[in-house]
Amino acid sequence: MDFINAILVLLNFTIIPALTYGSQLALGAIFVTLIYGILRFANFATGDMMSFGTMFAVLLTYYFQSLGINLGIFPTALITIPFATFMMILYMLTIDKFVFEYYRIKKSPPVQLAMVSVGVMFVTQAIIRIIIGPTDRTFMDGEKFILKASEFKDMTGLSEGLTIKSTQGITIIVTLIAVSIMFWFLNKTKTGTSMRAYSDNEDLALLSGIDPKKVVLITWIIAGILATIGGILYGLDKSYRPFVYFNNMLPIFAAAIVGGIGNPYGAFLGGYVIAFAEIFLTYAYKRFFTYILPESLEPNSMIQLLSTDYKFAVSFSILVIVLLFRPSGIFKGKTL
Amino acid sequence: MKQYANVITAYLIMFTLIIMVGVFQSWSIALTILNYCLISAVMTIGANIQWGYAGLINFGIMGYTALGGLAVVLFSVAPVDEAWSVGGLNMMICVVIIISIVIAIRYTLKKIAPSKKRNYLIASIIIIGILLLRIISAPAIEGIESVEPAKTGFLGGLGLPVLISWIGGAFLAAGLAFVVGKVALGLRADYLAIATLLIAEIVVSIIKHEDWLARGVKNVIGLKRPAPYEIDLQRTQWFIDFVEKFHSGKLALINSAAEKQEMLNQLVISASSVYVKLCFTGLFLSVVIILLVLTQKALYSPWGRMMRAIRDNEEAAGAMGKNVVKQHLLIFILGSAIVGIAGAMMVTNDGLFTPGSYRPMRYTFVIWVMVIVGGTGNNFGAILGGFVVWFLWVEAAPIALFFINLFTSHLPETNEIRVHLINSASYFRFLMIGIGLLIIMRFRPQGILPEKIIKN
Repeated sequence: MDFINAILVLLNFTIIPALTYGSQLALGAIFVTLIYGILRFANFATGDMMSFGTMFAVLLTYYFQSLGINLGIFPTALITIPFATFMMILYMLTIDKFVFEYYRIKKSPPVQLAMVSVGVMFVTQAIIRIIIGPTDRTFMDGEKFILKASEFKDMTGLSEGLTIKSTQGITIIVTLIAVSIMFWFLNKTKTGTSMRAYSDNEDLALLSGIDPKKVVLITWIIAGILATIGGILYGLDKSYRPFVYFNNMLPIFAAAIVGGIGNPYGAFLGGYVIAFAEIFLTYAYKRFFTYILPESLEPNSMIQLLSTDYKFAVSFSILVIVLLFRPSGIFKGKTL
Repeated sequence: MKQYANVITAYLIMFTLIIMVGVFQSWSIALTILNYCLISAVMTIGANIQWGYAGLINFGIMGYTALGGLAVVLFSVAPVDEAWSVGGLNMMICVVIIISIVIAIRYTLKKIAPSKKRNYLIASIIIIGILLLRIISAPAIEGIESVEPAKTGFLGGLGLPVLISWIGGAFLAAGLAFVVGKVALGLRADYLAIATLLIAEIVVSIIKHEDWLARGVKNVIGLKRPAPYEIDLQRTQWFIDFVEKFHSGKLALINSAAEKQEMLNQLVISASSVYVKLCFTGLFLSVVIILLVLTQKALYSPWGRMMRAIRDNEEAAGAMGKNVVKQHLLIFILGSAIVGIAGAMMVTNDGLFTPGSYRPMRYTFVIWVMVIVGGTGNNFGAILGGFVVWFLWVEAAPIALFFINLFTSHLPETNEIRVHLINSASYFRFLMIGIGLLIIMRFRPQGILPEKIIKN
């Protein structure tokens, strides 16, 4: 019995939150990796682009709520996904047309494009702050929990409860759906194959008649969908605040590089690697050990490897270690 | 002379702008802007050495700035004796342990051939070391942090004069740059950018959360100053006499003695703040000039030519027998040390150390915009970039307000869009900086004052 309780503690406080957080990171990391693999630059505007899409979801949610439209037990934000994604893609394509295209045609070095993306980051941040302001906003509505701790305790008679927030469930399910569709698209359709070919070897791809404009367009569309969904899921689970999204760019980069940049599978798994590492290393295992150890050995300290203040530092340290020992990432990415 | 014409014009325009702020807003504001411009200029000199001379991307400027600030606390604040007696010994033991971990790892790396066994050995050294550190430091940290937590709660510093701490800041930053450079300089350009950005975040998060070191987010206030305090000046006779003489025309117009005295008091108060800021300006200006002379000398020396050769073609420079790795490390350390000085200067100017305020936006990306807008590889350009961008950064809100009022003047005062725009005027600075950067990158990628190669 104690063993089941111990597992429940872990599930409740580490595994489910890590899966949720990992899914949010994974979506962002695939976004980074696609841009890096196909457009060939590190996009420093990642976090703010995700924030931009989420901003529309927040505004539309408020609008729909004022009209009285809702999804019952599901959050209203789910209906706003298509509209927000559309606005996001429109914004990305505008930026690409006026900013990135010039450098792509000129074949500028990736560093210059990265610098340009810093400019885009400033502009995006300004637009977001001018439209919605820098304050914290919650736009989650509908049913809060799928499973409450008290209900679970009544059901099973265990002393430890299991809580699953509905945002956690939605995040994991929506991520799995979105990512599977994307992988299906990349692997099974002709356009997807041409994208992979373009990413592997641009010259060969051009030689075999692949239209680079189409590849770039599709890349931004997929990136826009993933960025918006990732941003909305993060905002639903925590809350929407522009500054936090900017900061999230860093673990997202860590996830993309750890997974092997340019490799979407790697980025997907990298998100979970970072999330699990962050949460496992900063969780206080005291309760876990009180269940599994005999009473005489019960710990009296928190048994926490690192304080939660160092959550971000954990992912960055992993990144630095990976960069040192395996610069192409755990799952073999591009070595451009 | 002719070849410097554009440099001189650019600087004249810049100083006219600052003087205009002095005339239209106030001299105190103008001097504050000027001081921050000078601090930014030191940072851009550092960043320009790395990016302009050697082509190294360092997105970790924030980390070195924060370390420079930390140096001011560690060197100039008076030591907290009680905290030292509670936890000083344990902390010293911890330092010894950290040093011995590093030595042990280096020893194993040298003596044992690469193998699985070596990896396990290194891992176990690190784990045992960290466990020892935790066990020894935990009670000490608790003890130190409970010494008057509202006022101190940290070890304090060495109590040295504040100017020495600027040099200390350079050394701290150089130390970090040495470690980072050893680790990360082999990476490709954009990986290097990301790695340095993340390492800087780690450094700042350590400074923020280790309260025993520098109070963390509780901030250290009332730092020493190399300039006199306003309140002392206001009581000093020679200063009052000086203000009286300076404003004698204005004071002569007032007849009643009481009113005259009141007027004089006000003048003295405002003059004292200007005087203190002028002291800082003189100090910062001398730092900028010293650094400028040194970097200009270096740029046009054989060493500078070698750096440009390495930047433009690493392989060719390597083939000519230049040690690229070593030179990259050297220039990374030099640039970071200069940024460390700037960090220390900034904290000294503010008189307080606020780890919570170190954010990559303000301390990394804005500095980079300065270097690129001003002119990479040209020291005068980089400094000008620091001036222009900082000026815009500060004055963006008033400028934006002016334009908002202009374009919405046909709308009624209570119009929602107008009110919303006026409330968010301060965010237009991001827009201006971003668009400025994009325009410069597109139409003048070499910056306002491009790099100039002088051939003898």
